[in-house]
Amino acid sequence: MDTLILGLPVAYYIAMVAKVLVAFVFVLLTVAYATYAERKIIGHMQVRLGPMRTGWHGLLQPIADGVKLFFKEEIVPSQASKFAFLIAPLVALIPAFISFAVIPFGDTVTIGGYTVPLQIAAYYDQAGKQVFDVNVGVLYILAMASLGVYGIVLAGWASNSKYSLLGGLRSAAQMISYELAAGLAIISVFMLSESLSLHKIVADQAGGAWYAFKQPLAFVIFFICSLAEINRTPFDLPEAETELVSGFCTEYSSMKYAMFFMAEYANMITVCAVTTTLFLGGWHGPAFLPGWFWFIAKVYFLIFLCMWIRATYPRYRYDQLMRLGWKVFLPLTLVNVMATGLWVMFISK
Amino acid sequence: MIMPLIKGLQITISHMFKKPVTLQYPTERPDVKPGFRGLHALNVSHDKAKCVACYLCPTVCPAKCITVEAGEDQNHDKYAAKYEIDMLRCIFCGYCVEACPVDAIRMTEQFELANYSRADFTYTKDRLLEKK
Repeated sequence: MDTLILGLPVAYYIAMVAKVLVAFVFVLLTVAYATYAERKIIGHMQVRLGPMRTGWHGLLQPIADGVKLFFKEEIVPSQASKFAFLIAPLVALIPAFISFAVIPFGDTVTIGGYTVPLQIAAYYDQAGKQVFDVNVGVLYILAMASLGVYGIVLAGWASNSKYSLLGGLRSAAQMISYELAAGLAIISVFMLSESLSLHKIVADQAGGAWYAFKQPLAFVIFFICSLAEINRTPFDLPEAETELVSGFCTEYSSMKYAMFFMAEYANMITVCAVTTTLFLGGWHGPAFLPGWFWFIAKVYFLIFLCMWIRATYPRYRYDQLMRLGWKVFLPLTLVNVMATGLWVMFISK
Repeated sequence: MIMPLIKGLQITISHMFKKPVTLQYPTERPDVKPGFRGLHALNVSHDKAKCVACYLCPTVCPAKCITVEAGEDQNHDKYAAKYEIDMLRCIFCGYCVEACPVDAIRMTEQFELANYSRADFTYTKDRLLEKK
């Protein structure tokens, strides 16, 4: 227990590996079953049944889909830019998963006298009783979220197909437009929390003082912008089936296509987790259940909300999307930032 | 602007708790209503087809899918020596049933008519009689 590696106890490394494994496997499973849940929920919302044949009520459907995609033929278009074509799914997938490194999915747990913070990139000072995590956690998440667009643009360009290119271009334009409003929505949270550390932001929301109540406008705008950033309905223009075949992933087959699919769902889980962390009080909830339970429950509720929205709204037109981003959300968030600033300056002090 | 959006969400969530209309087809069978026009069958009376080969059904058939050839039996009665329906042409209008003066043809509730070869879609007299 007392052996030190690079100045840190062995337990730190064991806990770190365990956290990484648990979080990664959990997110992967959630990704797999989010596809199933989406098909089931949207099915029932359309008075259908959804998958029913594979296993009891179709429970093995994600596994069947995965196996099927594994055995599909790999097709690389002859005129495609091969290296970029092959690397694009990875560029889309990896940022979607690594955002989880900084998201706190619980407070701390004490196992055998050693306290572990339930956040991958965090360190608990056993003597000082304090959690240290990445002090620019939100910045890191924003950076990873914007990295994801490279995969899509690269896929669109490398496919050498007009549908893919249009999908990629739309995706780039859309992400840039909505990232601004999303970033400004987060700024009003920072102004209240006075920190970029996700652990601190969640700790500030203890006792039901969620930022969703203090910043309802920022919460709604951030969630809508997140939907736009991860290309989900009603903002799924990059892969608008009705006009662009399948958008940026038109030319993709087999596991490469599955990677885009996984990236899409992993992104959805990430933004739901970020929204929970920033606005819905993270792991806070009634004390009779552990913190991670409340965190997961909130994230799943938001995922359900995404699916509910998908079942309800038709797709935005391209000019409507741009108008909404630049002429509605951007001014609204700017006003919100101003109002929050004035409130922090003159009223709360 | 916001109220219609919320109303839309209400509609979808209310649908979620309705009973799905999906029919789990091969395991669950559809409830075929009376008057359904499925595969034809030739009616039988006294162990032989009632058809007297009057040619009213091929005449009225808009798809021209019925082929009848008349023959003469031991009692010197006219009967259908050949009675074939080409199911690939049939439009299941039921005019043949309406036209028949001796109630020799009817339509059953059978609707699964898929087959493997073109020849299998020609329903001969034997096959039409089988479905008593």
